[in-house]
Amino acid sequence: MSTDSIIIKAEDLTKRFGKFTAVDSISFEVKKGEIFGFLGANGAGKTTAIKMLCGLWKPTTGKANVAGFDVYKQTEQIKKTVGYMSQKFSLYDDLTVKENVSFYGGVYGLSNNSIKEKSEYLIKKLEIEKEKDELIKSLPLGWKQKLAFSVAVLHDPLLVFLDEPTGGVDPITRRQFWNMIYESASNGVTIFVTTHYMDEAEYCDRVSMMVDGKIAALDTPRNLKNRFNVKSMHDVFVKLARPDYVPNPIPSNQITTL
Amino acid sequence: MKRFKGFLIKEFHHIFRDKRSLLILFGIPIVQILLFGYAITNELKDGKIAILDQSKDEITQEISNKILSSGYFMLYEDLESQNDIESAFQRGIIKEVIIFEPEFSEKLFRDGKASVQLLADASDPNLANMIIGYTSSIIQNYQQGLIKSGSVQPVITTEVKMIYNPELKGVYMFVPGLMSVILLLVSALMTSISITREKEMGTMEVLLVSPLKPVQIVVGKVIPYFLLAFVDTCMILLLARFVFDVPLTGSLLLLILESILYIITALSLGILFSTISNNQQTAMMLSLSGLMLPTILLSGFIFPIDNMPYILQLFSNFIPAKWFVIIVKGIMLKGNNFFYIWKETLILVGMTIFFLLLTIKKFKIRLQ
Repeated sequence: MSTDSIIIKAEDLTKRFGKFTAVDSISFEVKKGEIFGFLGANGAGKTTAIKMLCGLWKPTTGKANVAGFDVYKQTEQIKKTVGYMSQKFSLYDDLTVKENVSFYGGVYGLSNNSIKEKSEYLIKKLEIEKEKDELIKSLPLGWKQKLAFSVAVLHDPLLVFLDEPTGGVDPITRRQFWNMIYESASNGVTIFVTTHYMDEAEYCDRVSMMVDGKIAALDTPRNLKNRFNVKSMHDVFVKLARPDYVPNPIPSNQITTL
Repeated sequence: MKRFKGFLIKEFHHIFRDKRSLLILFGIPIVQILLFGYAITNELKDGKIAILDQSKDEITQEISNKILSSGYFMLYEDLESQNDIESAFQRGIIKEVIIFEPEFSEKLFRDGKASVQLLADASDPNLANMIIGYTSSIIQNYQQGLIKSGSVQPVITTEVKMIYNPELKGVYMFVPGLMSVILLLVSALMTSISITREKEMGTMEVLLVSPLKPVQIVVGKVIPYFLLAFVDTCMILLLARFVFDVPLTGSLLLLILESILYIITALSLGILFSTISNNQQTAMMLSLSGLMLPTILLSGFIFPIDNMPYILQLFSNFIPAKWFVIIVKGIMLKGNNFFYIWKETLILVGMTIFFLLLTIKKFKIRLQ
């Protein structure tokens, strides 16, 4: 693995809030163009880690490098290079589709021409020609989410952070959403995604499992399943997060498959 | 700069698409100023009174006429005996009974002393006070006439002249007060709600991850409200001038500059509130109960600060509106120039700097 194919490199990255250690000395690398799943239970430290990598919060100790920029000193450059979509839906309800697109385009410093071009392309691709001048609040959640993702990659970031992007969405829309993620990844965009849904973990190239602020495992989904000798990522997760857990009598693949 | 322009356009979209914001921004100022100007008035007009004249001589007749022709009072009934007084008040129509003792003029000319009793319905204490004040001064006035004509011995008399607001018009007082309340409402309440709304919706996070600097975000949120608060200032001043004839004896430019300073103070409070609170409700509670209420009660706009208990007087010093009311009154009514109000101005500047420093400190803690 040559170093220039690495887009995120974290070494002993740690974040403490008072006495509480949210992220405890994690080290990992993310390769360019891969879909990197960042999994863990609620409160395992996923969001804190993302916030450090986006340049929002300064780490307490440790090193991290995002797209060649240092998370301590070069947060401005990091912010220009990455895209971000949060678990809360991030478009403005009282603006129209077009207004949202041109607002975020403007925030990332795109030229008027490029905003116009991109929003036309995006509206065509998402098939929302008729709704382009409607307020966002009148659109169904699935559409909003797909639009939010398109807006997050509007400025052609090298890397996009998705913090639980599919929360509260039906399985079909989730599937469509993941198709969009695949498409971006095939265009060379690195995807860093956190999720609760273990079936989504199967779609990732590599997956890291966070437990109590530490990375408990990091590998491809296939290797992880082999290592723990289970059939699904759900079981991998349960084994890692709750070692004492007695498995459910119902075969878990029936619970988690779509 | 282009990023910033897009941000401002977005903010104006938020404001002009939200009916509630528009109502607070433009409806409330107009309604409040008309309400305070017309409905709530301290002036006495045609107050209904009863007179019990046990003397019925020339002097009592003259005094009664003088009182009734003043325009402040209207005779509702003539009472015949002391026993009627209670029931007259009970009916709730008359606010005052004037009682002349028997043999009024004889006593006055023989002993140089005769008494009039004034009874007022103090179930509304302010009104009672006012009625007594007006009546006494009319009687005083009459007595001075008698002294001048030499018919009675002189006693010490007072001559009262109200300066700056000779007719004691209530609206003169309400305009500075309302300006301080409305600008606070628009600047502090609306900004803190608008910033916390972004936090609540999760869009604040997206903005913070974007290349926009936190300062740009805050300034972008604040500028629209600054402009709208300024429009409100002009609106109030125009209404005051052309509807209620409130004079502007000082410099208009100075008044506008001071208003801008006060708007900035209120905006910095709004930003501070929005860094402390995580949702719109907390921000609203903080602004309404933590800011509006003390401002209305302790700024001296309705209740005179000098009459408050010492502790509250001390506390009122921390209310920015108190200083702004002093400034506006000074400029509008007394024609003060900057030389007279520099201290109050300096206090507002100091408060603004303090609020901003506190905000920056809070904000940094959050980012660490």
